[in-house]
Amino acid sequence: MEKIPIQVTVNGQSHQAEVEPRMLLVHFLREELGLTGTKIGCDTSQCGACVVMMNGATVKSCTCLAVQADGADIGTIEGLANGNDLHPIQEAFWDNHGLQCGYCTAGMIMTAVEMLERNPHPSADEVRAGLEGNICRCTGYQNIVKSILAAAEKIGG
Amino acid sequence: MTTRIFGSGIRRREDPRLMTGQAAFTDDIKLLGLLHAAILRSPHAHAKINSIDTSAARAAPGVLAVYTGADTDGVLNPIPCAWLPPDSDIKAVPHPALAVDTVRYVGDGVAVVVAESRYQAEDALELITVDYGVLPSVINPKAAMDPGAPQLHEDAPNNQAFHWVVAGGDADAAFETAAGDPQNHVVVSENIIQQRLIPHAVETRSAIANWQSAMGELTLWSTSQNPHIVRFLCSLVTGVGEHKIRVIATDVGGGFGSKIPMYGDEMVTAFCSMQLRRPVKWTETRSEAYLATTHGRDHVQHVEMAATKDGKITALRVVVHAGMGAYLSTAGPGVPTILHGLMYSGPYDIPNIKGDVYGTFTNTTPVDACRGAGRPEATFLLERMIELLASELDIDPVEMRRRNLIQPFEDGHDVATGVTYDSGNYQGTLDLAMQQLDYPALRQEQAELRSHGQYIGVGVTTYCEICGLGPSQVAGAVGFGGGLWESAIVRFYATGKVNVFIGTSPHGQGEETTFAQIVSDELGVPVEDIEVIHGDTDLTPMGWGTYGSRTTVVGGGAVALSARKIKDKGKALAAHLLEAAEEDIEYEDGKFFVRGSPDQNKTIQDIALMANVAWNMPEGMEPGLEATTFYDPPNFSYPFGAHVAVVSVDPDNGHIVLQRYIAADDCGPQINPVIVEGQVHGGVVHGAGQALWEGVVYDDNGQLLTGSLLDYAVPRAHMVPDMEILSTVTPSPHNPLGVKGIGETGTIASTVTIYNAVLDALKPLGVTKLEMPLTSERVWRAIQQAKGA
Repeated sequence: MEKIPIQVTVNGQSHQAEVEPRMLLVHFLREELGLTGTKIGCDTSQCGACVVMMNGATVKSCTCLAVQADGADIGTIEGLANGNDLHPIQEAFWDNHGLQCGYCTAGMIMTAVEMLERNPHPSADEVRAGLEGNICRCTGYQNIVKSILAAAEKIGG
Repeated sequence: MTTRIFGSGIRRREDPRLMTGQAAFTDDIKLLGLLHAAILRSPHAHAKINSIDTSAARAAPGVLAVYTGADTDGVLNPIPCAWLPPDSDIKAVPHPALAVDTVRYVGDGVAVVVAESRYQAEDALELITVDYGVLPSVINPKAAMDPGAPQLHEDAPNNQAFHWVVAGGDADAAFETAAGDPQNHVVVSENIIQQRLIPHAVETRSAIANWQSAMGELTLWSTSQNPHIVRFLCSLVTGVGEHKIRVIATDVGGGFGSKIPMYGDEMVTAFCSMQLRRPVKWTETRSEAYLATTHGRDHVQHVEMAATKDGKITALRVVVHAGMGAYLSTAGPGVPTILHGLMYSGPYDIPNIKGDVYGTFTNTTPVDACRGAGRPEATFLLERMIELLASELDIDPVEMRRRNLIQPFEDGHDVATGVTYDSGNYQGTLDLAMQQLDYPALRQEQAELRSHGQYIGVGVTTYCEICGLGPSQVAGAVGFGGGLWESAIVRFYATGKVNVFIGTSPHGQGEETTFAQIVSDELGVPVEDIEVIHGDTDLTPMGWGTYGSRTTVVGGGAVALSARKIKDKGKALAAHLLEAAEEDIEYEDGKFFVRGSPDQNKTIQDIALMANVAWNMPEGMEPGLEATTFYDPPNFSYPFGAHVAVVSVDPDNGHIVLQRYIAADDCGPQINPVIVEGQVHGGVVHGAGQALWEGVVYDDNGQLLTGSLLDYAVPRAHMVPDMEILSTVTPSPHNPLGVKGIGETGTIASTVTIYNAVLDALKPLGVTKLEMPLTSERVWRAIQQAKGA
């Protein structure tokens, strides 16, 4: 299959690659760049484990082709912390037991990043609505919601 | 010490790697020269395989090999079932890793392609041509035993996999008495469908097999809840010695029972690596997982309950047809029998009990544990029947429960099913939950709303469950093909830092934290100085895995006992170093000191250093500071509680809103209450899923109609409320920490609690029965039907 050249910036670092046009962005991140923090939980764009930031907005990277990310600025869970300093949302998930097995967590946190950028002071109901595209089987969501509300308070003051 | 670390809700020690993308789940791992496998699955529920043409697939780009059942048959032994309940005439039919001449469910593995990339492997799958001779199929677990039903296995006439009986007292006589004396007795009966569920861990299954031919060694990364059992069974299937197999399952993305079983797929992956002498990875797609990863529940039950007119239950009689799927999964037969029938007494005094459980083969995905595993099905039938009795006798349902609860006990209570509960105070959790609810006020509100055409309902459950599996002697007696003990090594290094190596295999339950808390509490070492190692059979001592809410109860017991052995050795060494008699040495907060002279002391860190350098050991004492314990508990643990759900139902469209949920549970002393709450949250929502949204649908031909997340409705954040979590503490007398399991109680209690709440709401509308899940459409139709009647 003919390969297409792409240039993608991921977590601030520029990458040149040649990919099959059918390659999914999530496979490009995981298989080509070794950024395995982004997970795959389904194949119908339902579970949200694969959520990354693309040009400042969340996208389900299992439903986006790598070639669609040509020229884009991608943010993944690996790039969220500032060195050893966790992002306030990561810190809040830690403080509030917002994760159990941790498999959905990257998607949850990336979703929360955008959620709080759009709405710095969400209500609990707004947080729950904002998580509609993310599935967690472990936590019953209660502590995820709590974590995001705590992060909002910390970030927004 | 000001705050005891045991009982403190500290942050989890495993979280940093999980929150930053640094964890290594199986599919995250890459090896040099890694090949990728993809498995072709049967599109038919039942068919003869006439022929398979793999030539085009073999010639496809990047493909190294294509194997079918003809290649694996005789090389891989059949996948064993490891739980064969005794006296049940169980038919352990052969279960080949890849189908040989017959496929028996949609998803049965037929062939495997190995290629340089996953994309190439999946491309080549489409080039395989299979000529199937389609056979008739049967889906319903009860219909499977009807005369003339399509037969799955020659060795299992009438598709009967087993017939298991539980009996205590004389249920038949009690029902006869009730029938003969209707003045003083009442009998209720009900047919209950426990619909089939999909456990649905967010991580699908994955395996990497790396065969090192020169050494004859197999390393298998596997998404397993019990890597030591995988090693054991992998040895039986592949013929590789158990000592030559290493199974690694460190970070696993949830299991909920579906990662207990040994599957053919992982063994096929091992086969491919052994054939090609290169590492091979197989990772399930979600669509594939729906078909190929075990399902849960799938009971058709007929239940009868007898009581006196003053509301005392006299007997319970149950007939269950439990679908096993097309083959017996690893623990499958133990779920509707041992984990189900033995809990027919619940938290109640029921003198006469009889249960007949028929396991049946159907042309469906094999069934195994799904969070709660057997106990939700038992709790549901008890709580439903009590509700019906209460209604029949016009007794308040909460009062009905109170009249039948077992009185508080601290050390053992025998019930008619033959098991002995450890400790219980069922009234205590019920009182707590009712207080939180303000029951009288709620009933008043309900009456007022009804007068305005608005419908709310309340469901109250009292439950008790069996977990913390369990004494190995009992495991053997009930046909479990292994032990149920656990082991733990606590190892101090010269620097005072500690590793704890455990045989259990947590995958979200947080034992890297709680087990560190146990050791810290016992020995005064900061939790930061303790790392818990699990999930690698080369590193960790033998253990039987994480399921049945047993990790903290049994594995934690082993950790505590190892820590106590360290303390004993520390005392002896401190006495030697302080030149005091051992009986004069006291221990407190990480220090060994001479009684009455706290300044004359050695810290645990001093002891660790001196034991490791061994410059000055008492005569006969071995160097090192390390202890191993193999802990086999004397009994199961029996956590209990009371749950309450409040729902509203919109009569115009059948829409249900779960408004409140109260869980009052007792799991004994809590090592980390924040983690306990988290377990309850997740469990409750899982059970809510069964009540309200989740259910597997097959068509008559065995095609799975709920084969994606678009069709199978796993609960999402906006569908559930914040839960109110309460607890009491009744220690178990049967393990070193007094703890009981808490990982499944939420699921065990919540399904029926919510179901009863909905039926309570619908009572004035004349709806008395509904099948789960309680979708809006189903509820609306029932309301319309009741109106028509």
